[in-house]
Amino acid sequence: MTTSPLHADPAPGPTAVGAAPPRRSTGARRWLAVLRTPVGAGAGALLALVLLLAVLAPLLFSGRAEAVDTDHVLEGASAAHWVGTDNLGRDLFFRVLVATRLTVGLALLATLIAVVVGIVLGTAPLLLGRRAGRLVVAAVDIAVAFPGLLLALFFAVVFGVGMTGSVLAIGFAGAPAFARLTQTLAAGVAERDFVAAARVAGVGRVRLLLRHVLPNIGEPLVVNATIGAGGALLAFAGLSFLGLGVQAPAFDWGRLLQDGLSGIYVHPAAALAPGVAIVVAGLAFNLFGEAVAKGIGLTTTAGVVRSPRRAAAARAVQAAQADQGQPGTDRGRRDGRPVLDVRDLTVTFPGAAGPVRPVRGVTFAVGAGEAVGVVGESGSGKSLTALAIARLVEHPGHVSAGRLDLLGTDLRTGSERSHRRLLGTSFAMVFQDPMTSFNPTQRIGRQLAEVAEQHSGLSRARALGRAVDRLRSVRIPAAERRARQYPHEFSGGMRQRAMIGMGLMGEPALIVADEPTTALDVTVQRQVLDLLQSIRTADDVALLLISHDVAVVRQVCDRVLVMYAGRVVEDLPAAELTTAARHPYTRALVASVPDMSVDLDRPLPVIPGRPVDPAHQPPGCAYAPRCPLASRRCAEEDPDLVDDGNGRRVACWHASEVRAGDPTPGAVPVAAPGAIGGRA
Amino acid sequence: MSELRFDGVSVRYGGRRRGMTAVDGVDLTVPEGTVVGLVGESGSGKSTLARAAVGLTPLSGGRVLLDGRPLPQRPGSRPVQMVFQDPYSSLDPRMSVGDSIGEALPRGTRAGERRREVARLLELVELDGDRAGAYPSQLSGGQRQRIALARALAGRPEVIIADEITSALDVSIQGAVLNLVRRLQRETGTSMLFISHNLAVVRYVASEIAVMYLGRVVEHGPAAQVLADPQHPYTRDLLAAVPDSAHAAQRVGDPALSAVAAVAAADPADPHAPPPGCRYHPRCPIGPLVVPERDVCRTEEPTVEHRHAAACHFAPALLRGGD
Repeated sequence: MTTSPLHADPAPGPTAVGAAPPRRSTGARRWLAVLRTPVGAGAGALLALVLLLAVLAPLLFSGRAEAVDTDHVLEGASAAHWVGTDNLGRDLFFRVLVATRLTVGLALLATLIAVVVGIVLGTAPLLLGRRAGRLVVAAVDIAVAFPGLLLALFFAVVFGVGMTGSVLAIGFAGAPAFARLTQTLAAGVAERDFVAAARVAGVGRVRLLLRHVLPNIGEPLVVNATIGAGGALLAFAGLSFLGLGVQAPAFDWGRLLQDGLSGIYVHPAAALAPGVAIVVAGLAFNLFGEAVAKGIGLTTTAGVVRSPRRAAAARAVQAAQADQGQPGTDRGRRDGRPVLDVRDLTVTFPGAAGPVRPVRGVTFAVGAGEAVGVVGESGSGKSLTALAIARLVEHPGHVSAGRLDLLGTDLRTGSERSHRRLLGTSFAMVFQDPMTSFNPTQRIGRQLAEVAEQHSGLSRARALGRAVDRLRSVRIPAAERRARQYPHEFSGGMRQRAMIGMGLMGEPALIVADEPTTALDVTVQRQVLDLLQSIRTADDVALLLISHDVAVVRQVCDRVLVMYAGRVVEDLPAAELTTAARHPYTRALVASVPDMSVDLDRPLPVIPGRPVDPAHQPPGCAYAPRCPLASRRCAEEDPDLVDDGNGRRVACWHASEVRAGDPTPGAVPVAAPGAIGGRA
Repeated sequence: MSELRFDGVSVRYGGRRRGMTAVDGVDLTVPEGTVVGLVGESGSGKSTLARAAVGLTPLSGGRVLLDGRPLPQRPGSRPVQMVFQDPYSSLDPRMSVGDSIGEALPRGTRAGERRREVARLLELVELDGDRAGAYPSQLSGGQRQRIALARALAGRPEVIIADEITSALDVSIQGAVLNLVRRLQRETGTSMLFISHNLAVVRYVASEIAVMYLGRVVEHGPAAQVLADPQHPYTRDLLAAVPDSAHAAQRVGDPALSAVAAVAAADPADPHAPPPGCRYHPRCPIGPLVVPERDVCRTEEPTVEHRHAAACHFAPALLRGGD
């Protein structure tokens, strides 16, 4: 087992949002995809060949392998005997072929023992309960500490020299590693909610194991068993070679190798042939296991794969913040130019059926000191818009824009380095999960100071001083002491404040906050929002606040952009969000969120239908299938975002009707109040 | 149907030295056929209480009683069911949703009956009966949460515990799930403990509200009363933090809360080392940090003999004959 297959390939980002095909065919397709990679195909073919030989060779070549020919004893390679003969004149080429069955068979048998014993030991903690489970875990831990070959030798002595003994020996020696793997994987699955849910539903332990745990850890176990078979094969050859394995007259590759070794200087082919066979078969098993591990990604094993994009993005921002060369002197506020000017921003990802555009032609500007909110459902493209502005959309994503200016500098052209400098000095980004935004192995103060050291060439001590000062400015009590602490010693709200503090190490003109309070409690949320507000008023910093929470945006922002299916559908003053929204989606979104004054006697208005899959954008207005006002025109033509002259923009063919219409036209109550309780 | 009662329930994690008490002597009753909303910040012990109620977490003290009797612990009959927060992890990705629901049906249900019952449950949660063969990956978050509700209902529970069931959902879907929860609760009359950090959501669903802070229930009363006239300063703090301009503005004039600034930046308390006396005193806007002579908060634990059972020394005393 050379590498652990536990790593998971990053999900392809927003394209994964779309409806996935059924699980089973996905599984089959992933295995097929493995065979389409060069390594997978090669290893698969090799493995098939080895297995085919194991089945067929004894049937076809037994006679020739056993034919004793005392006239040609211990001969070298010749036309008659390709790799020579042994001390009874038997053809070694055919002996090697025939030995495939015994070698591979014994290796598989040993692997089977290892897998079964391993799974039994590995799942025992789940079945036995806490105390007995702990004993098993401890026993496995001790067994894992012994080198496998040592265990095998030990067992070989216990079980006696011979085939049975060595099969048992190699099987039991492989079991602890397998048990450990099973334990780890099973513990990961057992912690997930669906196992808890099954327990609550009264499902017994054995059924829990068979129905819920084992299917979800099956793939990595199969992969490891394949790799393990390669290892068992080598170990077996080793034991036979040492004379502890297969005994004459039976023969496997290890045995043939030993026999051939005595004459290696006279006719080396006799030793090389079984050696090559061992290498080829071992490689076939190992490579195939590795290819499968890599190919299927093993995303279903232990726990949910958290979006690595965010963490990567956070690191990138840190890198950018740490990599700034000169302090930004031009803060771009002199002439009333917008801090951020975005036109026709489009983000494209390659998809299975042509390019997917999760962000489509977004146009907006943020003025100096202005707070602009972006609201929308998940998948509406709001976070991706922020990442695109920060140049954090990673390959294979592609960003294009008619204009992308930060403080008057075009981010589309020019060097990567100068962009990072500009972004580092004038731009700060705050992410949803502050836990992944900091490096867990470095002290908070150090991480902040690094920015200033790079940025203004401050000495280490002075940079740390500034870090403490910034921590104080984000109202972290006992900032000196806190600066010496590690991220895990900070609470969620504290970390988020420290993250904002890190953004303030430069002199940002724009803070982009992507769901900064979603992971926080309401009381802490208020503190963080207040902090952002005070920074904004104190330093005239513009804020782009991305949130799914309409109430938060309404409270903090001057202006709100409503996004749906990758487009801005409405742009209006925050104060008018509840009263004067014109797009039916905006009105429906606002109405569907319960607030502290919602009528308790009526069902909440809901938006029927589902959000659009970015891979299947309709030609017309993306909201039309869910919109009560939709007409034929809506289904055919996508409305432009039209400015009414007062800075309000809306993209709807029926915007004028909505304005005059009833209070919440976009939202449809699920059932009339009288219908509650109507279904028995 | 049935009344669920927590009687001095405590849950402790970890060893004697480094462990923590997540739930500390909680008395809480979910009366028959009502929805009790449980609010509180993360780390207050809400979810631990929920897991204790369904037997996922062993109690270290107290009892959970259903109609005055201890809960049956044997597998197969579970009168208290739970719906989890994250519908993306609470359904087995390798099982069709029909199998997931069917698994929770009472033992001994025959195959044909099982199929009909699954279809009925799916329709009850407003999904097509023929979605039983679908896998979770084919469903949206809201649909998955409906499946989770159907699974909880499959066991014919007396009480359902709903732990933050809408917080992982998009706002546009949240409303539909809340409507469904209200409808199902009214139709089946199931008692329900509805846990959420969102007061507006709890207000919409629950008829009673209990507030938890650091493992204790600090206030409990009828929803309208608790929201309109909160007795515990923590409840008031929670209400003031709701990002809803009308509500926040209404409370700005409150003299008690204008002192909030002094304690507003206080870090949430650490459940590993709960403060002595009243657990809320290091953050309390009417406590010893703001009103120095109120030293009693540092030393003595408040009783709950107050209106709304508020665990605060300075809450009005309980009036005889109800409040």
